[in-house]
Amino acid sequence: MRYLPLSAGDRAAMLEKIGVDSIDALFVDVPEKACRSGTVDLPAFAGELEVEAQLNAFAARNVSPSKAPFFVGAGAYRHHIPATVDHIIQRSEFLTSYTPYQPEIAQGTLQVLFEFQSQVARLTGMPVANASLYDGSTAAAEGVLMATRVTKRNKAVLSGGLHPHYRETVETLAHAVGIETEACAVAVDNEADVLQHIDANTACVVVQTPNVFGTATDVTEIAKAAQAAGALLIVVVTEVMSLGLLKSPGEMGADVVAVEGQSIGVPLSYGGPYVGLFAAKEKYLRQLPGRLCGETVDADGERGFVLTLSTREQHIRRDKATSNICTNSGLCALAFSIHMSLLGQTGLKRVAKINYAKAHALKDQLGTAGFEIVTPRFFNEFTVKLAKPAIAVVEALAAKNVLGGVPFARLQNESGFENHLIVAVTETVSDADIATLVSTLKEVAQ
Amino acid sequence: MSMNNVGRPSGPEISVEATSFKTLLGGKGLLQSEKLIFEKDDYSRTGVDFADIEINASDLDGLLRDDLSLPGLTEPEAMRHYVRLSQKNHAIDLALYPLGSCTMKHNPRLNEKMARVAGLGDIHPLQPVSTVQGALALMDTLAYWLKMLTGMPAVAMTPKAGAHGELCGLLAIKAAHEAKGQGHRRTVLVPTSAHGTNPATAAFVGYSVKEVAQTADGRVDVADLASKLGPDVAAIMVTNPNTCGLFERDIIEIARVTHEAGAYFYCDGANFNAIVGRVRPGDLGVDAMHINLHKTFSTPHGGGGPGAGPVVLSEALAAYAPKPWVVSNGSGFDLIEHDEGVSAQNFGRMCAFHGQMGMFIRALTYMLSHGSDGLRQVAEDAVLNANYIKASLQDLMSVPFPEGPCMHEALFDDAWLEGTGVTTLDFAKAMIDEGFHPMTMYFPLVVHGAMLIEPTETESKDELDGFIAVLRALAQAAKAGDVARFKGAPYLAPTKRLDETRAARAPRLAYT
Repeated sequence: MRYLPLSAGDRAAMLEKIGVDSIDALFVDVPEKACRSGTVDLPAFAGELEVEAQLNAFAARNVSPSKAPFFVGAGAYRHHIPATVDHIIQRSEFLTSYTPYQPEIAQGTLQVLFEFQSQVARLTGMPVANASLYDGSTAAAEGVLMATRVTKRNKAVLSGGLHPHYRETVETLAHAVGIETEACAVAVDNEADVLQHIDANTACVVVQTPNVFGTATDVTEIAKAAQAAGALLIVVVTEVMSLGLLKSPGEMGADVVAVEGQSIGVPLSYGGPYVGLFAAKEKYLRQLPGRLCGETVDADGERGFVLTLSTREQHIRRDKATSNICTNSGLCALAFSIHMSLLGQTGLKRVAKINYAKAHALKDQLGTAGFEIVTPRFFNEFTVKLAKPAIAVVEALAAKNVLGGVPFARLQNESGFENHLIVAVTETVSDADIATLVSTLKEVAQ
Repeated sequence: MSMNNVGRPSGPEISVEATSFKTLLGGKGLLQSEKLIFEKDDYSRTGVDFADIEINASDLDGLLRDDLSLPGLTEPEAMRHYVRLSQKNHAIDLALYPLGSCTMKHNPRLNEKMARVAGLGDIHPLQPVSTVQGALALMDTLAYWLKMLTGMPAVAMTPKAGAHGELCGLLAIKAAHEAKGQGHRRTVLVPTSAHGTNPATAAFVGYSVKEVAQTADGRVDVADLASKLGPDVAAIMVTNPNTCGLFERDIIEIARVTHEAGAYFYCDGANFNAIVGRVRPGDLGVDAMHINLHKTFSTPHGGGGPGAGPVVLSEALAAYAPKPWVVSNGSGFDLIEHDEGVSAQNFGRMCAFHGQMGMFIRALTYMLSHGSDGLRQVAEDAVLNANYIKASLQDLMSVPFPEGPCMHEALFDDAWLEGTGVTTLDFAKAMIDEGFHPMTMYFPLVVHGAMLIEPTETESKDELDGFIAVLRALAQAAKAGDVARFKGAPYLAPTKRLDETRAARAPRLAYT
C-alpha cells in the first residue's frame, strides 16, 4: 500500500523490540466483544488509477459552472482566482503544517496570519480582526454571542434582509446558549426595521449589506440608534468583493463585522471549506472568539509573531473560554491573503467596478425585457420578481443549461416571496452569458 | 588547495565556526528575512490584470468608499514573499511531526488533485439539485463509509471541525432530552484528561461541567463516574482511545451505566486513527462521535484548518440531526433543507451550506485508496509505531502509565527530568534544533510536564529510528547536565524563543 512505509520485516522487528508476538497483543485493552477479527465490509484498497476514475465519475454527474452561463450567488460567489494562489497554498510548508503552536518553526504561517488580520481590518474599516473562523454564518453567530458577553444583555434582533441560512445558524447557536432572538419580517429593503425591535434586553442588532436580496444599505444611522439604545451593531457581509466599492462597515459605525471571505481566493467547492472574517472595535479585543496572532520579539530582539491572548481559549480556559473553536480555516485564510495581496487596492477596486457594471448591464437588459427588478441599490447581485414560482423557473433554466440564480424560496419558505429570483453577476460572466440568460428567461418565465 | 586555471579556488580554504556576524539584510543564507507586505512604499501595484473601467454608480450615491488602503504585489513579488515565508515553517513533508492528539499523517496528493476537478471543486452550493447529483452521491458515499467504519446508523455531515462536531453532538443530545421531557438535565460529565474543547463546548451550550476522576492506570474511574451520574446529567464526554493514549478498558461498562442513568454517551473521536477498521464505536455503546476528517482521514491541516467534523449518531439521536442532509429518492438524491416531513425534529443549522465538501472529496479519496484492509492496517501501524517509540525510550524517559501497551500515542512525563534543570518545554525546543517538530507538551493536564508523542502510521522505521536516536541522545545530554543546550534552544530555528508575555501585554494584532 502506497501510503504505508512499514514492511512485514519492519513490523516483525518492531514487535520484537516491544516484546509482544503479534499486533493483536497491542489491542489487548479492547473488550473482546468489540474486537473485530476481519475487515469491515467495504471495498479493498485501490490504486490511484482506479480511485481517480471513481471520483471523476462523481464529477461527471455535476454541471460545472465553467460549462454553463452562471448567475448563482446568495452567499457564495464564483470569482476568478489567480493561478498563483493555488500554487502557493499547495506548498508543503503551508499545506502540511498545523496550528502554529511552536512559533520558532511556524513564522511563515504566523506572518501570513498577521498580514491577513491587517488586511481584514483595513477592508472592513475596523481596528482588529481575528485569524479567521469557519465561515461567514458561524462568524455572525459568534458575533451575537460576543455581543451578549459584552453588554450582559440577552437578545439579538435579526434583520429581514439577513441570509436565511445565516439567520438559522445564529438562531441555532443562540438558542442553544439561551439567547433570545427576534427576526424581523423578510424585506428586500428595510434593514432599519431592526430598530423597531430593540428593547432594554437587546445585546445587538444584526444587519446585512448587501443583504440577501442584493440591497446595499448605509447603516450609519442604524448604528447610531442601536448604540444609543445600548446595543451593538453587527454588520454581516456575504460578498466580500463588495468592500472594494462600498463604504466599509467600520466607516458606518459597526461594532462587529462578520464576513464570508470566500469570494477572495477560495473556490466554491459546493459550500465549504470557506473562511469567516471577524473584526471588531478595539475595546472588544479580549472578548474576540478564535485565534489571534500578535507581534512580539524573540530573544535576540528580532520581530516575530505568536498566537496570543490564548487565555480566552478552550485549551487554557476550558469551560470558561470565549468560544470552543480550535481548528479554524487557516489554509483558506492564506488563500484569501494571497489573492488579496495580488489584487491590492488597485485590483480590488477594478474587479469590483467590473462586477458592478456587469450586474447593472444585466439589470438594464432584464428591465427592458419587462422583468420587475425589486432591488433598489446593489453591487453585483439583485432580485427579480418573476410572474411564476422561481424554483420551477430555475429548473427550467437548468434544463436549457443556464444556471440562472437562486430562488429565495430555496432558502426560506415565505409567503409573498415564491417568485423572487436572486441573480449574481461577477467578472466571470461574459456579455454572451448575459444575453443568453435574458433570452432564456424570456422563454421560460414570461 | 588546488586552483583551477583562472584562479578560482575549488575547495574550502579555511574552516569557520558558525559565526556570530549579522548578515546585511538580517536573513540567514537561504532563509531570507521578509518584510510585511504593508511595509512596501507603493501600494498601487497589482498582480491581476483587470481593465480600469468607468462606472456611473448613481444608485450607490453616498455609499461608495474612498478609504481603501491595501498593498498590492505583482506575481513575481507575491511568489517571493510567500515562498520565503513558507521556508520558515516546519511541515509533515519535512520531517516527523509527532504532535499528540493531532494525527499529523502524510497528506496524499491525489486527494488534492481530486478536490480540484471541474465538477467537484467549482460547483456552487445553491445550484439546482438536478445539476449536482454527483456531489450528493459523493456525500452519500462518504456517509456510508463513515457509518460502516463506526457501526453507527446515521451521520450529520455539516460540522466544520472537531469542536463544531462536539457542538453538533451536544445539541442533538439536548434536543433528544427536551423531546423526552428531560430538559432539566443540565450537567455534562467530563474526565480530567479531556481535550479543552470538551468542557468548552459543554459550557458553550449552557451545561455545567463536572469532572470525573481518573484511575492510577490512566483511565476513567468508573466508580467515580457512577457516583456522579444522576437525573441531572445530560451526557458524558469521553475520548477513546483517551488523551493518555490508552484504550478505555471499561468503555462498555461506562456506556451501560451512562444509559442506565438516562444520559447519553458522547465520544470525542479525535483519536479514531488508533482503531479505524478494527473497533467500531457503535459496538461500544456510543451515541454520538465526531470524526476529524483532517486527522484520521488525512485531509491537510493547512496551518490550522480547514478541518471537517462529521458526527455519527445512534438511533436515539439520529432524528435530531441538523439540516441539511442528503437522501436517496430511488433514482437519485434530494437535499433536505427545510423543517418539514422527516426533517421536522432537526435541531437547526450548524452553518450556511452543506459542510466541508472540499474535505469530503479528499477524505473519500483517501478511504477508497486504502479500502477496508488498508484502513485496518492504518490503525495497526499507527499503534505499532507508538509502542515502538515507547519501548525504545522508556528506559531513559519516564512513562506515567507503564503497564500494558499504549494505542497510537506514547505518553511520557517529566519525572525523569527532575534535578536536571531542564523542563519539558526546554526539551521540546531542543528537538527543533534537531529538525523535528516537538511533541504535544503539558497535555493531558493530568500528567505533570506531559510529552505526548503521536508518530502516525506514515512514518517509516528508518525515520522512527532516527527520531528515537535523537531523543535518546537529548535525554542523555539533559541527564549529563548540558543545560545550556536546552535553555537557549532553539538555536538553529528561523527565530529564537519568542516573548509571548510581551505579545499579550500590549497586543498588536494588525499593522498600523
